[in-house]
Amino acid sequence: MWFFRNVWIVPALMALSAVLILFFGKRLPRKGSEIGLLFVGLSLVFSLLTAGAWLGWVDDDEGPTQGAAATFSEVDENCSNLADEARAGGELDLDATEAGDHGGDETAAGAASTTVTGGPDATAGPDVVAPASGVPPGEGESASAAVAAAEEGEEYSSTRPIVSCVAWFGSGDTSISIGTMVDGPSVLMLVVVTIISLLVHVFSTDYVKGDRRYTHYFAFLSLFTASMLFFVLSENTLQMIVGWELVGVCSFALIGHWWEEKPNSDAALKAFITNRVGDVGLLVGVIILFFAAGKSFSILDINIAAAEGAINQGVLLIASLCLIAAVMSKSGQFILHTWLPDAMAGPTPVSALIHAATMVVAGIYMVARLYPVFWEGLSIPGSSINALAMVGAVTALFGALLAFVQKDIKKVLAYSTVSQLGFMVTSLGIGAWTAAMFHLFTHAFFKATLFLGAGSLSHACHHSFNMVDDMGGLRKIMPKTFWTYLIATGALAGIFPLSGFWSKDEILAGTGSFPGTSGANGEYHLMLIMLLLAAFCTAAYMTRTIWYAFYGEFRGHGHPHESGPAITIPLIILATLGAIAGLANLPFNLGPMEKYRFEHFVEPVGLYFPSLSHADFHPVLAVFSVAVGLSGIAAAYFYYWKGAFAPLQGLSERNKAAAWGKNVLVNKYYFDWLYTTVIVGFVKGPLARAANWANQHVLDGVVNGVGRGSAATGKWVYDNVDQKVVDGAVNTSAAASGGAGGVLRLIQTGRVQQYAALFFVAAAVLTGVFVVLVG
Amino acid sequence: MLLNQFLLLSAILFCIGVYGVIVRRNGVLVLMSIEIILNAVNINLVVFSTYWGIGGQVFALFIISIAAAEVGVGLAIVLLIYRNRRSIDIDELDELKG
Amino acid sequence: MTGLVALLAQVGTEAQVDTTFDVPANVVFAVTAVFMIVAALRVVTTKNIVHAALWLIIVLGGVGVQYLLLQAEFVAVTQFLVYLGAIVVLILFGVMLTRAPLGVSTDLDNDLKPLGIGAGLVLAVVMGFALIQSFGADQLDFRAYDSALGLDDPQTAAAGRTGAVADGIFGQYLIPFEMISVLLLAALIGAIVLARRD
Repeated sequence: MWFFRNVWIVPALMALSAVLILFFGKRLPRKGSEIGLLFVGLSLVFSLLTAGAWLGWVDDDEGPTQGAAATFSEVDENCSNLADEARAGGELDLDATEAGDHGGDETAAGAASTTVTGGPDATAGPDVVAPASGVPPGEGESASAAVAAAEEGEEYSSTRPIVSCVAWFGSGDTSISIGTMVDGPSVLMLVVVTIISLLVHVFSTDYVKGDRRYTHYFAFLSLFTASMLFFVLSENTLQMIVGWELVGVCSFALIGHWWEEKPNSDAALKAFITNRVGDVGLLVGVIILFFAAGKSFSILDINIAAAEGAINQGVLLIASLCLIAAVMSKSGQFILHTWLPDAMAGPTPVSALIHAATMVVAGIYMVARLYPVFWEGLSIPGSSINALAMVGAVTALFGALLAFVQKDIKKVLAYSTVSQLGFMVTSLGIGAWTAAMFHLFTHAFFKATLFLGAGSLSHACHHSFNMVDDMGGLRKIMPKTFWTYLIATGALAGIFPLSGFWSKDEILAGTGSFPGTSGANGEYHLMLIMLLLAAFCTAAYMTRTIWYAFYGEFRGHGHPHESGPAITIPLIILATLGAIAGLANLPFNLGPMEKYRFEHFVEPVGLYFPSLSHADFHPVLAVFSVAVGLSGIAAAYFYYWKGAFAPLQGLSERNKAAAWGKNVLVNKYYFDWLYTTVIVGFVKGPLARAANWANQHVLDGVVNGVGRGSAATGKWVYDNVDQKVVDGAVNTSAAASGGAGGVLRLIQTGRVQQYAALFFVAAAVLTGVFVVLVG
Repeated sequence: MLLNQFLLLSAILFCIGVYGVIVRRNGVLVLMSIEIILNAVNINLVVFSTYWGIGGQVFALFIISIAAAEVGVGLAIVLLIYRNRRSIDIDELDELKG
Repeated sequence: MTGLVALLAQVGTEAQVDTTFDVPANVVFAVTAVFMIVAALRVVTTKNIVHAALWLIIVLGGVGVQYLLLQAEFVAVTQFLVYLGAIVVLILFGVMLTRAPLGVSTDLDNDLKPLGIGAGLVLAVVMGFALIQSFGADQLDFRAYDSALGLDDPQTAAAGRTGAVADGIFGQYLIPFEMISVLLLAALIGAIVLARRD
């Protein structure tokens, strides 16, 4: 319990580390890296202890796990309105949120009040059935699942989150708290982030050795970790935004670490600005949810209200679409993914950290955190397509295709991350929540291995990442790097029994589309096809990197050598984890070990979470997915090693269609071109020109027309009115205005103080007039 | 105490500040005169806060912090002018001349 | 300094006892006011920039004393801290960085003196007229003020006026307060961008 209540220490440690490094780092013998290592090590120990405590907590059969009051017994007062009410009254009362529900979709609201007041109370179970049966087909499955859970009675237990909070600030009658929320996903992220961060710290001590901003680099590494930890432990959405932005700022600083070179600072700016686009979505989504959940930022409140149907489904749909925009930018999903490959401009360990554990995972985690919003808003259960799954599947496939044409090994890995994040988002979109988190978990290890491996390669090859021109044949020279890279590639390609196989297979099974699978939440046929294609491409392009980096002749110059222990040891640890992490969630009944299963302790069950069903392991699908991965590897193997498909070699030089296809890929589907040339260019060019044209022609035309009209009138007057009288008057007024101009010219001196004096005098005169008139 | 004794003091300070803004050539001295004006206004706000509640004092505090920001930016501008022209005579800044 | 603050605070408290006829407070006011006006005049007329900055200290300190007389302790303390502690120092830095002549210099004023005097007098006449006409011989009434703030209630009196200021800043005026923090940040960045050499 102590660990759950004091888990804030973990981000605080890392923040303290950043401050200490900044202040004292330069004076220490190892320039501050020792502080970073010490603190991140402490954080890891704390996180592991917390995770251990959490295993015990989930499995704690002693505690009362029935009913809302018991579920929220460990939620601090004033953190969550609904939890407070539940503790006070023993039941959830969603009247408050229903009042804030504008319009009121009657089926959702109707289902809400009944499901909720009955809730998980076993006695109320039967009552729930009647109204739930009236729910339309889309909702049917989730509602009946909830009912089934409720009817199970004694066996039904709900995860008890531990929420601690203190008042942050209040304005009017709204009080905003800040605190930590400990449950499955946050404990998982705590461990993943600290492990990867520790290894990246170790790796960096060698990799950026002698860098001119070494101390500064470690300070930001610590701050980056602290921000991510702060984000994952957030207790309310406002706090999440703070963590989200902190992560963004730190990534900006780290991507632009070598800012003296223009491309690097451009890449940092691009990452930052692209993320701003999505942040608008996040902000709007959070504000919508704030009002929808009865003026509360609390994640618990939002999740309970959404899961129990107290919020209009339309409102949830809009909120989830806004949040998807945020995910698209942060997690590099398609059309806003363009910053991610450019972010490779940063030091490689930073890329590993960004891609494996922090930055890009933030988007996935946000969806996982507010899952009921998406679950209800996008009607995930029982459906066959929705925005989240579509974004993910498109990203998975198109990101994988892009990886084929990259020369830069880091860019291949960057697109691979884009593609794998697409897998996770799809998985969330099809209702396979646990599979998404599991893939996040395994991906963190093998992707960190790959990135650090790429770093090790470039360390040996004069800091070049160009695998086509500067690498090759490094298999013999760098055996440790080679083997770890190979294992991670196998995991990424989903080869049995490496970790990627288990998590990817779970996602594929979760689509519920493969013949014979059961237990999925819907039937996402399109997603299965796209994901399988993406899996094939993944295997093939990863094999391509192995060919270029490790086989053939060495094409660079100098004498490459294996990296030192600070680089190889993290690689070996990560590769080992990447190989065995899949054992955490074996899809079999493990008997006594069951309680240590990933699914058991990560996935929240109960009131604040939709009741997910889990796709069963399907041997045919598993064999099929491995076959897909192997065929991808085989295709690349025959193409590169054996020179097979000879007609295909150099196809893009001969065939126009192929050349066109390659061009599209090399230009990254022209997205950068679209953003910079078309959109910005349109605003700068045609739009500005159009405005100018309108100014020139329309406005000037009006002015000219008025001028001509007045000229005509004047001529008429001149001709018809007595010329002499008017003439005299005109001459006089001309002389008068000329004289006045001459006088006024004198005060137009350009001297600011004279203007000020005139201003004050005029103000005084006006005040005087005002006083005389009013007073 | 009379309400007016404070208000008149503030009015006099304000006028002195206005005189300084108009007459001083040196940029730093102009900034000092602006400080006098801001303080005169602040006295007004605090006096009236005895009339209409605490808002006046709150805004006086806001003005103090804004004045700090203003002096910071103002001095930065003066420094920039000095660096570009080796002089901070406001008189010479007459590019606005028509 | 602290002794002076305590003394003035005491004077202020006495003023609360009798609002109609309070000689000590009026004496303090008159002396301070004279000092302030003389000092302000010196700021705008002296021929030595550093002296001007020193005279400015007297004006700003005097304003702080007036706040104490008006029983706005928190504003007074902020005045002393921010103005005397920070802004004057900043201005002295400005004087030094621009290498202003440290001794007497004759060209500190421009040729707009008549205009300046005219503007000042016009403003003074208008404002003086308006003030005398509007407020005449109105008395400051701290008791009504305190009851408006809830300070006559012993329950809420404990927090004092400073508590009331805090409630104001973090309650009704929270958003302006946040805006000012953003403004300060912007000013900070702006000042750095303007002043750095590159």
